Amino acid sequence: MTIAKTLLYAVLLLIIFAAPFLFPDFRTQLATLWLMIIVALTWDMTGGQMGYNSLGNIFFYGTGMYACAVVGIAIAYPVAEYTNASGGGIYKFTDTQYFLGAALGILFAGVFCSLCALIIGYFTFSLRGPYFAIGTLGVAIAAGELVSNWDFVGGGQGIALPVYPNDLDEGKLFFYFLFAGTGIILFIFLNWMYKTRFGAAINAIRDDEEKAEAMGIHTLRYKLTTWAIAAFFVGVAGGISAYQLIHFEPLETAYQTINLGIFMVVCVLLGGKGTLWGPIIGAIIFQVFKEVTWNYLLGWQWVALGALIVVTVVYFQDGIMGWLKHTKPEWFGIRVEKSADGGANS
Amino acid sequence: MDQIMGNLGLLFEFPVVNLKIIIDGVMIGALFALAAYGLALVWGVMNVKNLAQGDFVIAGGYIAWWVAGLGVPALFGVPLAFIIMWGIGWVIYKLVITRVIERDLFTSLLATFGIAIMMAQLLNLMFGSDTQSVNLGYETLFFFDGFVDVPIAKLIGVCMATVLAICVIVFMKFSRMGQAIRATSQDARAARVLGIDTEKVYAFTFSLNAAICGAAGAIIVMVWVIQPFYGITYAIRAFVIVTAAGLGNLPGVIAAGLGIGALEQYGSHIFGIGYQQAIAVLLLLLVLVFRMIQQRRSRQVLK
Amino acid sequence: MTTIIEVSDVSKSYGGVVANKDISMKVEQGGITGLIGPNGSGKTTLFNSIVGYHPIDSGSIKFENKEISKLQVPEIARLGLLRTFQQTRIYGEMNGVENMLISQPHRKMSLRDAFTVNKKEDYERADHLLEFVGLYEKRFLQSGSLSFGQQKLLEFAMALMNEPTCLLLDEPTAGINPTLINGLIDRLRRANEEFGITLFIIEHNMRVIMNMADHIYCLAHGEMLAEGKPADIQNDQRVVDAYLGAH
Repeated sequence: MTIAKTLLYAVLLLIIFAAPFLFPDFRTQLATLWLMIIVALTWDMTGGQMGYNSLGNIFFYGTGMYACAVVGIAIAYPVAEYTNASGGGIYKFTDTQYFLGAALGILFAGVFCSLCALIIGYFTFSLRGPYFAIGTLGVAIAAGELVSNWDFVGGGQGIALPVYPNDLDEGKLFFYFLFAGTGIILFIFLNWMYKTRFGAAINAIRDDEEKAEAMGIHTLRYKLTTWAIAAFFVGVAGGISAYQLIHFEPLETAYQTINLGIFMVVCVLLGGKGTLWGPIIGAIIFQVFKEVTWNYLLGWQWVALGALIVVTVVYFQDGIMGWLKHTKPEWFGIRVEKSADGGANS
Repeated sequence: MDQIMGNLGLLFEFPVVNLKIIIDGVMIGALFALAAYGLALVWGVMNVKNLAQGDFVIAGGYIAWWVAGLGVPALFGVPLAFIIMWGIGWVIYKLVITRVIERDLFTSLLATFGIAIMMAQLLNLMFGSDTQSVNLGYETLFFFDGFVDVPIAKLIGVCMATVLAICVIVFMKFSRMGQAIRATSQDARAARVLGIDTEKVYAFTFSLNAAICGAAGAIIVMVWVIQPFYGITYAIRAFVIVTAAGLGNLPGVIAAGLGIGALEQYGSHIFGIGYQQAIAVLLLLLVLVFRMIQQRRSRQVLK
Repeated sequence: MTTIIEVSDVSKSYGGVVANKDISMKVEQGGITGLIGPNGSGKTTLFNSIVGYHPIDSGSIKFENKEISKLQVPEIARLGLLRTFQQTRIYGEMNGVENMLISQPHRKMSLRDAFTVNKKEDYERADHLLEFVGLYEKRFLQSGSLSFGQQKLLEFAMALMNEPTCLLLDEPTAGINPTLINGLIDRLRRANEEFGITLFIIEHNMRVIMNMADHIYCLAHGEMLAEGKPADIQNDQRVVDAYLGAH
């Protein structure tokens, strides 16, 4: 069993490393696939494992972009002057400035988003169910609107970051491996975290928060910790995206509520909530489906996306992993009382 | 910052400006209240939190704008939007909503969010992404040396909203269907036992909600502007109002609607028009935090 | 003996209906205290006031000399005052062992401790307690598929796993097959003696509570009617009347 598992992971790692070289034309799409995996896995931390369905995780993506960009610029130039000129090609970055800025910026993005998650979560985690979803959606929309009125970070124009200094193809590889590395670290971390007492405790919050409270579990502390970790990784992903996209603006790219913000939920639902592999499988299916069909839909993509959400939610909410769990419970080690007939009599 | 202080100073220097803002706010708030009443209806009767609420409003607006473009007198757009949106609401109910009523709340929230995205994109494909409005061609009345301007179109809009609201209230109070709706919202199972066809009640309620929103949108297009992607803000406003007022509290919904209309006008006067959407959303967060503190005092959470 | 829970002059009304009026009572450390009363006498209201489910109108509730009447449910639970639910609440999707492991006393854990994998001792303790309530054979079954009585036993084992100072039980024998009741009484008593957990039990079944408790309070119409040793209560004419009158 363990040998098979090691082998599986080895093969997967090999594929991850080989993919951008096997398909050099699709490096950007492959990088985006990793982005989807990261945001889906982090959404599942609260949505699937903890039962708090956030519609506002995109807030951390956008905030990560801006936090990273501000730090990345600030190590070389005054931010306000830079954004005022919209990047404009006047400001040159040396290689050291570029890479140091990106590294510091991406790390800062993660830490800053974690802090935001603690502050926002302190308020929103007192909300349950639909109020939490709407409250977090509100946070994301409000942030987008406020940032687009904030001239310091370029207002509605957004920010243009320096271009990758060397060869462009090498740049694509660079961003692919940044995303992939983040995704792999996240996966290893979650694989471990879901096995700890902490993982069990957030499952308890999902299944019956009132009971968890009555058992003395530090519900608020655990919820905040979970969200802060999720926010860290989304923030990092946002930071990487900022450098990868070069130019971004608040409403359509950074705080893209109906775009990536809802994609992540759909990925998780497709693959199966509350499982480790579900979000990954869902993200792969979604991304492949999107890339294959997007260009043939001629402007109807977004309508199709809305339809996909509705169909997934209404007809296939348990996702692939949920469906497997239901049909093949023994694969997941679930055993039920054989003679139980509703469990009414003892 | 200076600009904000200047705007604030203006309010104290010319108190009559306050009057203008409040009048504007109340007129817009009346339309918010209509959409919020529809949301409260659906929320209370079938426990579906409809995020597509705003897109119903916008769709109604586009119907009115479209028929006005065909040469039909603009005021006819309101009943027409009411009827067409009734049909659209019924179709959406039969296709989607009926399957999510018994499910958990996030399901209905997400499903209606999907519908919202679809509707916004369809409107965008059909009518383009420019802002649109219908010019009724009426004059504008001026009071207080021109400080307060009241377009007659807005007055007509408010009157129509009031008439619509009264009709709906009378209908809910006295008609057989209205009574069935109220019974179902109190206890669906008991209503079923008493022989009320709750499925029919649900379908009717959802269609009625879509129709009210559509009519509100048709009025909005005459006094304001619409755009395919404005929907979500209207949905959020409706949530703010219902969360602030509570379910089944009609005077509360009206008061909250007017109040939020006025607050938004003050906000965009002080901070600038660019913040209008942000203010609507920030009001939601404020109301949520306020309600949370209130619940915390009685050792409860908001759920 | 020291007092662990002290309720003084607690009143609570819903709208115009007075559910509890000037209730005062004490739960002694290490003992088994019972609370009885006919239906609608305000037992559950008092219980919910103690564990923090709703605000009280007036009076004070102290746990280990700390005022808790203004605290929230999780804060009270973290003090070591644990409750079980009348409608049993377990994590139905998980199996017995997982349910037990989740019930470890998180209030004694720092965040660092929480980020550790369960140790061998934790599994042994879970197994031991499952054996104690007689569910060892069924420990790997999905607990939602267990019978109601077994779920109730599981919830009790979970409560023990949590190492509470005081355990509040809401009608532990309600809905349980009468043949299992004696076993449950026995286990409750042993939990009290072996683990030193103070028990405070609401019970409708007179026979059960008379067998178990060393001090009994009786509520009727929201007011404290009588208190004393089981034998005194059993012979108290007011208690008999209250029960007969209610049925």
